[in-house]
Amino acid sequence: MQATTHALPHGAVAHEAHHEELGFWRKYVFSTDHKIIGIQYGITALIFLFFGFCLMMMMRWSIAYPNTPVPVVGPLLEKVLGADKGVISGEVYNQFGAMHGTIMVFLGIVPLAFAAFGNFVVPLQIGAPDMAFPRINMASYQAFVVGGIIMLVSFFIPGGAAQAGWTSYSPLASAVATQGQTFWIIGMVFLITSSLLGAVNFLATIIQLRAPGMTWMRLPFFVWSQFVTGFLLLLAFPPLEAAAIMQLMDKVAHTSFFLPSGLQISSLGHISGGGSPLLWQHLFWFLGHPEVYVLILPAMGIVCEIIANNTRKPIWGYKSLVYSALTIGFLSFIVWAHHMYMTGMGTKISTFFQTTTMIISIPSVIILTCLFLSLWGASIRFNAPMLFALAFLPMFGIGGLTGLPLGFNYSDLHLHDTYYVIAHFHYVVAPGTIFGLFAGIYYWYPKMTGRHMSEFWGKVHFWTSLIFMNLIFQPMFAQGMAGMLRRMADGGANYSAAQVPGAIGGLSPMIMHFNQTISIAAWCLGLAQIPFIINFFWSIKHGKPIASDNPWEATTLEWQTPTPPPHGNFEKAPEVHRGPYEYSVPGAARDFTPQNEA
Amino acid sequence: MANSHEAVAEQFDDMPQQIEASTLGMWTFLATEILFFGALFLAYIVYRHTYAQAFALAGRHTLILYGTINTALLLTSSFTMSLAIHSAQEGKNKPLLGFLLLTIFLGCGFLLVKGLEYHEDVHEHLFPGAHFTRELPAPGQIFWVLYWVMTGVHSIHLAAGIGLLAVIVWMAWRRRFSSYYHNPVLISGLYWHFVDVIWVWLYALLYLINRH
Repeated sequence: MQATTHALPHGAVAHEAHHEELGFWRKYVFSTDHKIIGIQYGITALIFLFFGFCLMMMMRWSIAYPNTPVPVVGPLLEKVLGADKGVISGEVYNQFGAMHGTIMVFLGIVPLAFAAFGNFVVPLQIGAPDMAFPRINMASYQAFVVGGIIMLVSFFIPGGAAQAGWTSYSPLASAVATQGQTFWIIGMVFLITSSLLGAVNFLATIIQLRAPGMTWMRLPFFVWSQFVTGFLLLLAFPPLEAAAIMQLMDKVAHTSFFLPSGLQISSLGHISGGGSPLLWQHLFWFLGHPEVYVLILPAMGIVCEIIANNTRKPIWGYKSLVYSALTIGFLSFIVWAHHMYMTGMGTKISTFFQTTTMIISIPSVIILTCLFLSLWGASIRFNAPMLFALAFLPMFGIGGLTGLPLGFNYSDLHLHDTYYVIAHFHYVVAPGTIFGLFAGIYYWYPKMTGRHMSEFWGKVHFWTSLIFMNLIFQPMFAQGMAGMLRRMADGGANYSAAQVPGAIGGLSPMIMHFNQTISIAAWCLGLAQIPFIINFFWSIKHGKPIASDNPWEATTLEWQTPTPPPHGNFEKAPEVHRGPYEYSVPGAARDFTPQNEA
Repeated sequence: MANSHEAVAEQFDDMPQQIEASTLGMWTFLATEILFFGALFLAYIVYRHTYAQAFALAGRHTLILYGTINTALLLTSSFTMSLAIHSAQEGKNKPLLGFLLLTIFLGCGFLLVKGLEYHEDVHEHLFPGAHFTRELPAPGQIFWVLYWVMTGVHSIHLAAGIGLLAVIVWMAWRRRFSSYYHNPVLISGLYWHFVDVIWVWLYALLYLINRH
């Protein structure tokens, strides 16, 4: 076999050699094929995303109608979590809040954006037969599943899941008397391991396995975005892993890495004190801020692919996009302390991080501008993936621009820890990143299954999601500016009642009334996902079959394969002759010229 | 599939590409490891800066004899590991096996000495918690927490390295390696040297500073 692997194209040999012998388990469960692993990641992550959203829908009940039993799922909460009469207590609310954040970020978006799309698309787009280390790839998915299970199990231990928020600030995280935080940390160690293995694999694959002729400046922008994302995960996660181990020691071995002197908390037992809570925050946000770009960059990559394809034009400023992504990658490591203006770390440090934060907004604006300009003068095809990709632009724009007042330390004083912050980062990741991910699902679905998802239901899904997303997050800006703090189980009812409405710090009835509006919009958003879920599964068997292997008439290599791509991907090892977005080239026979066309 | 260990894996064009890719993979993995230990070193620096005197006092309680023996053991093991790699490149299977076993032996020696040292540390009430020695000022405990966590994590890495080399020994025993294919020996060696280098830092920070 080793002799033939050299001479013949990868796809053919590999296909012959392996296809027959693999049973169900080896093929779908313990698979080393990057496409299967990508799909495994995708489906698991979608389930987690939905679960995380369900947590939020229940929390929204508590915010809008505090101290009343949750309808529909109330009895379930009573039985499973021991919630008294199905009312969400402060403890349960805190668990849901912490786990909503954790699940959405680490079990939902990162696995979907980086691992799922990256695994399925990147080797195809660079013309590789598989990832560089297929077995490490499988191990990465398995570590992810184990981490996810540990997180889920933590709901059912005595006292329930972690309650200290997804940021797990010390000493709060160590002071909560239950063991939920211990599970959270151990789960995180598995998830971090999974991401690190993935990052190592992606970097080696993109550097080593590009097809002949696939020079760096011929890479599709999606590959670039995954490349930078890989670096971010690689360098940002390990410090958090170390910090997590230190916090674990604080929790189980009664050390004082992050516990200051003079704490009078009985659940902590005997500790020596003298630790620095600020150190945890630095280590956490050293991950936390690059993580934001881990969430957003893959979505930008997806949106770029789809915009180029559906405008039938080359992307405007491809090189600017690439250099901006690289700049973002670099700068994202020196902005983290803008999350910490309120910790008293000093004005000089604040000024430094305020400056870098303003600088990092420049490459983000360049990327957005390039994508907007790409629309100029195009005859746009408004299909479902394109609608999501187009909506990404203004949604991410709102999210980005509203971040500027948070980046200045003086305006952050007022806005810190309010609903304004929630609205800001949800605009970035919910109608921003998640719309990008939906776009990617609608776009690459035909390559995965050989069938289209329904266009009509895709558009229903799009318009309803767009409307309800904005109804949810737009009022939160107003609530936040009015001074409503986040993480309050009753949505500020007590806080508001204690003050005179209209006085400074008091919350007016209108602001309080938004709580109900937002909650209803959130449940409607939940309903709006039903067409997507049905469409997704129904189309596997019953969707419209694709007319050719390249149904969108795209230029990039993933469309120049059989559908679905066999083990080894390409029937003939591809050779690349041109850049990624040669659409509507004057004089060409068709309005697209695939990268492997001589 | 049976031969896939010897052959070029199907996703690579040829052996040089495979070697380059797996070496790159190991280096990127080591980059994550450096950042992982980097956070621990950062914690060390922060607290050493905050509690300079207590750290200086606490540091004198580390057992320098054990530390020095272990440094010698580990540096020697890096040397034998290099010799193993050299033998693999030459395609000499017997010396390869010998040097690998010697490396594992030295690694186990390190763990044994470390265990004896831990035993003595516990005996001297240097394990953090309610029974921590009263001779040191309170922040001295932070030094000792760092000592246990850093050397503990390092020992786990070393144990993993020994496991890794055991697999390599098994593969060498089955005559899997030749002067053409010896990639796994190379990248295991990289990992081994990395664990060694981390120890050199730990030795300096935990045993040598403020020693008169």
